[in-house]
Order: sequence, then structure tokens, then C-alpha cells
Amino acid sequence: MRWRKILVPLAVATALGAVVARAEEDKSAQSIEQYREALKDGNPAELYESSGEELWKKPAGPKNVSLEKCDLGLGAGVVKGAYAQLPRYFKDTDKVQDAESRVLTCMSTLQGVDVAKYVNASFGTPEKDDLNAIATYISGQSKGVPVKVSLALPKEQQMYDLGKRMFYYQGGSHDFSCATCHGEEGRRIRLQDLPALATKKGAGSAWTSWPAYRVSAGQMWGMQWRINDCFRQQRFPEPVYASDVTIALSMFMAANANGALMDTPGIKR
Amino acid sequence: MGHPMKIRASSKDGVTEIKVLMNHEMETGFRKDSSGNVVPAWFIREVTAKLNDKIVMTAQWGPSVSKNPYLAFKVKGGKAGDKVSVSWVDSQGDTRTDEATVT
Amino acid sequence: MKNAHTRRQILRNGGLLGLLATIGSAIAPRLALAEWNKPAFDGKTLPETYKVLGADGAKESSDVQLIASDIAENGAVVPVQAVSKIPNTTQISFLVEKNPNMLAALFDITPDMVPDVTTRIKMGQTSNVIVLVKADGKFYTATKEIKVTLGGCGG
Repeated sequence: MRWRKILVPLAVATALGAVVARAEEDKSAQSIEQYREALKDGNPAELYESSGEELWKKPAGPKNVSLEKCDLGLGAGVVKGAYAQLPRYFKDTDKVQDAESRVLTCMSTLQGVDVAKYVNASFGTPEKDDLNAIATYISGQSKGVPVKVSLALPKEQQMYDLGKRMFYYQGGSHDFSCATCHGEEGRRIRLQDLPALATKKGAGSAWTSWPAYRVSAGQMWGMQWRINDCFRQQRFPEPVYASDVTIALSMFMAANANGALMDTPGIKR
Repeated sequence: MGHPMKIRASSKDGVTEIKVLMNHEMETGFRKDSSGNVVPAWFIREVTAKLNDKIVMTAQWGPSVSKNPYLAFKVKGGKAGDKVSVSWVDSQGDTRTDEATVT
Repeated sequence: MKNAHTRRQILRNGGLLGLLATIGSAIAPRLALAEWNKPAFDGKTLPETYKVLGADGAKESSDVQLIASDIAENGAVVPVQAVSKIPNTTQISFLVEKNPNMLAALFDITPDMVPDVTTRIKMGQTSNVIVLVKADGKFYTATKEIKVTLGGCGG
């Protein structure tokens, strides 16, 4: 008797608890949505966009020329819409390149800069900050443009296939792959929803929002930095900046995102 | 010195909304660097905004305004073509002024 | 590492944007109307801070609004907006109860302004955030608890 008296209210309370918990969860999700909205207007990434534009247009390097004649795939000097079609194959280098690796090529060929210093510099150093700012500027010039990455050329398809392999490649001390976190819908780390990057929806929302300003550290991150940090989180060896494997992963995401509208630069927690 | 701000000002129904992004570290003085040394406080302390050379807003800030500060406020009047200028002074006496045109 | 880098970045960008900055500095004489209120920003308790601001006896008012999300994904950047519907509002301040120093920002509301200001503040932890409004020499408040969460890897 006594037990029943206790158990019934307990059962009711538990059921009620579940309902309340779900309502709370919805409210939290809504509140975080509101938080993210409030950050979008006045994204500090705009400050980096400006400094990136300045770096793009300012004569520099041993040859003292600007990057304005750089061919990002749409012809020398065309920045508008270029990011939405990267990575892509470039005849002059006979390579598939993303925005950052292409900028390195232009710094080397146009400005005569020894780019090894830029490749080897740690993230957060002035060299990498410059590259991030330039990538931010370039990406901003594709805001609202649909992603249109080609896999028509054999080297482009090969790059995509390499990216796919890397995405599912499992290893390291924790036996991780990219797909462990980003392989299916509904995964999250704490409150961060993780995009399923093999799908159009997931890749579409992720690829189009980088480079992004990260409020946690007050830093501007390009996709190269993002991927580098994913490797770290997987306990993989650090990839060389702008190396094929990093470009391949971008190729995999970008091609999966085809058709989604670029929303760069983004802002993240 | 200091880095350029981003200022947007738009007029609608007799009210001009001014939005400003500033480039500043806003160090609290509580943070330690990798060697364990306290990073000294360094932050914007005073902000002044003018519409056509008339002061319309002043603010005093502490170090708990976020890094790369954002500020939005509304001024009565103002029309397209009017001049907005925003200035800040930080705790080291550094200062910067930038201008924008109301749209 | 990071801090050292940040500092170097500042120095470097300083040089990079030197030209613009010089133009900026050249036209920046004495600026603010009031001196920076150091005692107010040094306040370590709410009563202490109120006292310095002359805000003892501030009353909660429904004519003061604090617009912010219930949850902030990151305490480094918490967007807050304050709106006062009280006539003759001359000052709007944001205070964070659990920060080492309560006062975050103080705005002088000139007669040319609509008493509606938005900024972003740091919060060390979940805390009450207070908007303190001065109107006709009296003080009014609105309070809201904002939860600060720690996020994951950042998308």
C-alpha cells in the first residue's frame, strides 16, 4: 500500500519530467538560435575581410606587386564568385587547388614570395593570419553565390575520391575517422550539432559557412585551419598546410555541397 | 594608431541606426599567457559618436566588453548623406576615429 | 603560444594599416564628455558599484527592457540590447553580477538619441545581467539571468 502511494506519484512525476525536459530542450535550442542570430549582424569577420582586401591589393614581396592579377579560376583578377568554384584544377600548376593553396601559388609567382615560411608557420602567426584574412576576403566575394565545384576533369575526380577515402579513413590512437563525428545526422558535441558531411544538407551548411570568425578565441579561421584542427581532434598527425590531403577533404565537402549558397564569412561559437 | 572600424549608418522613418565594429583586443588583465605571465589590461575606455560634427553619443567601457567590440545605437533625425564619425580612446591612450556616410 | 602570436599580430597589423591609422589619429583630439569613471569600473560588488554611480535604491521597472538570449553559447561574446521607455533617460549601463567587476559598459544617452543600445559583453559564468537606466536623476533596472554554456569544437 505504502509503496503504491509513493510509486504512482513518482510515475506521474517521471512522465511529467520527460515532457518538461523535452520542452526545456526545445527552449534551449531556440535560445541558442537567437544567440547565433544576434551575432550575425556585425560579424567581426568583416574586419578581417577588410584587412584581407587590403593585403590583396597592396604591392608586396620581392617583386612589389599586388595579388590583384591572381587567377583564382575565373581568369586573372576575377575574385567575385571564384571561391564558390574552388577547389578546382589549375593548368599552370597541374594541380587541384583550394583558395589558400592558390593564394600561395600567386604569392610565389606574382610577388616572388618564398611561401615555405607561410606553409610552415603555425596557425595564429602573422603569416597564417594574412592567409586567413585573404581567404576571408575571397570567400566574402562569393557570398550568396551557389557552390559549383566541377568533378569533370580526371584530376578533380581523383581529388574528390582521395577526400572521400580520407573522410572514412579510421586510425590514430583513438581509432577515429572524420566520419566518426561527421558521418551521420544528429551527432553533436555538447551543444554543437555536427554536420553530416557526406550529405548535401550537411556539407551544404558546413562548407558555405567557412572561413568563420570564432568568438571563443576571437580568431578568424579558414578551412585549412578548420581541417587541421579536426586532424588534431582525431589524434592524427598534423597535415601539411595546403597539402593534397587537406585540399582533397575540401573537395569532398565542396562537391557534396554543390548548389548550396555561400554564406561567408561565417561566425561560430 | 589602431585598426580601422567598420561603420554602417542607415536612416529610416526619421531614425538613424548606427552600427560599429571595432578592431581591439579588449584584454581584461585577468588572462595569463603561455609563460604564466598576466597579460596586462588593455581596452577601449571611451567611445564618442558624432552626427554631422555634433556629439550624439558617448560611452565608457570596461574590459568586459567583448574583443572586437560591436556597438549599435539609434539617433533621432539624420538623413542619407549625413556624416557619422566614431572615435575611441583605449586604456593606453591610443585612439582612432573613422567616418561613414548615412545611407 | 597563442598570446605571443596575438601580440605579434597586433604589432604587425599596426604597421600594415599604419597609413589609415595615421589618418585616423590625426583627427582624434579629446573625445568624451566625461572622464572615464574608474571607481565605477573598479566596483567589485553590486552595492559598491551602485553607490559610485549614485544608483542606490534603483527600482526594477517594466519600462526597461533587456533583450538577450537565455543561453549564450560562449561567454566571450554575449549580445545584449537595452531599451528604455522611461522619459528623459540620460544613461544606460550594463552590469554583470558575477563578473570580477560588475560594470561592463555605460552609455550617456543624449537628447538626440533613442534610448536603445546594443553591444556584446564577456561573462565569466552564468549570471544575472542588469540594465541600469538613469532618468530624471532616478535609477531603474531590468534583470535577466543569462546562462553561459561551454561548447564543443565549434562547427
